[in-house]
Amino acid sequence: MTTRSRADLSPDKPIRAGGRLERVLRSGRFAVTAELAPADTSDPQAIYERVLVLSEVADAINVTDASGAHVHMSSLGASALLVRAGYEPVLQINCRDRNRIAIQGDLLGAAALGIKNVLCITGDGVNVGDQPDAKPVFDFDSIQLLQTAEIMREQGMFLSRRTIEVAPRLFLGAASNPFSPPYDTRPKRLAKKIAAGADFIQTQYCFDIHRLEGFMADVREMNLHRKVFILVGVGPLRSAKSALWMQKNVPGVYIPDSTIQRISKTPPSKQSEEGMKICIELIHQIREIEGVSGVHVMAYRQEERVTELILSSGILPR
Amino acid sequence: MSISRWLLDHPRVLERAYLYTEWVLRKIEPLMRKIELSRFEFFFRWGEIITKRPLFDCRMCGVCNLRGTGMTCPVTCPKELRNGPCGGVRQDGTCEVDLDLDCVWVLAWERTERMRWYGDRVFMIHPPLDHRLWDTSAWLNFLEDKDCCAPPG
Repeated sequence: MTTRSRADLSPDKPIRAGGRLERVLRSGRFAVTAELAPADTSDPQAIYERVLVLSEVADAINVTDASGAHVHMSSLGASALLVRAGYEPVLQINCRDRNRIAIQGDLLGAAALGIKNVLCITGDGVNVGDQPDAKPVFDFDSIQLLQTAEIMREQGMFLSRRTIEVAPRLFLGAASNPFSPPYDTRPKRLAKKIAAGADFIQTQYCFDIHRLEGFMADVREMNLHRKVFILVGVGPLRSAKSALWMQKNVPGVYIPDSTIQRISKTPPSKQSEEGMKICIELIHQIREIEGVSGVHVMAYRQEERVTELILSSGILPR
Repeated sequence: MSISRWLLDHPRVLERAYLYTEWVLRKIEPLMRKIELSRFEFFFRWGEIITKRPLFDCRMCGVCNLRGTGMTCPVTCPKELRNGPCGGVRQDGTCEVDLDLDCVWVLAWERTERMRWYGDRVFMIHPPLDHRLWDTSAWLNFLEDKDCCAPPG
């Protein structure tokens, strides 16, 4: 196992919010985050039940924000429930559904509710969701959203320059997708996100280790790995059918043909297990890449397998 | 290939035109200010509609940022990103939202590499739009510094 490089924290970067995720990353330990998709219900119990299986192994739990432009319980609402129950959420905020006035208010509200981590993302277009008739907002893009959150935290003011009495203390994250073209610009855009205030990055699903290695080589050359914590997205494929569906229907996700062939050749009853093996192998390879600080597990509709995945990969105990 | 597409793919010609336009405006700006800048709104606005719309598919957002986007209008992006691309670009370089559209930001970054004078601007963080400026002259807004709506700090 190679020595993981720690991001250059002090004296330049003071502690942002002091949450568990931030403390694990700063200590140089390999972090694990997992994703929770909020339920279609107003019953908080549904959130508590879903988070149980993730909390055993995750340092923080991402709560998606109308992911895929499908309506669910809001990320802010579900994240507040998690804080109330003693878990550490990562609040996801997209730019599709709210304007700058609402977003700044949500950032203050999040900090007031005890949410310490925020992931700033652009968001899928409304066309892919269950309400394609909705009006897309996109008053910000993800970089402007990041910069706004940083201004509120560091300068204690809104974009209008009005003073915030107590500035929100937030650990700011952004997404990166090394697996979507234009490939050579992705590290450059990552540099922009760092300049805008990103403290940590979570990537899209990684199924192509070579492409990730190429991206991380560029990142190291630009010294970005010392300025931001990078968690690589992983997730077990459930079956050949779901792999093909993702390949075709989820823009930005790239699954190499070799992986699809490998899982397709497996008997249907064993495909889920093979998907798990592929994910574990990837995690082993990801851990060896200099500059990677953790993994972000996205196991949609397979949340109960996250503990098994992380324990089998050898990440824990640290 | 149309002439406008050729010009966009070879942005130095447009860059030069942009530079000269800026130079001329700065020269006549004192005279324009004596007459009052707002009196020129009608002529500038229509001048931009006639020239920029056929060339760039300009949407008259009033905050022209072509220098920072490889001379490719970012408002033509379905998400109107000013610091693109998003992470949803398809493997063939088409748009996540509109499959018939080549990703505007893939083109923007490619064209930026061919720019001579403004190529570094794509690395700047471009601020959110001032939506009050839609359908007004971007050049006049530029002279009046209305387009520098960068967030404080």
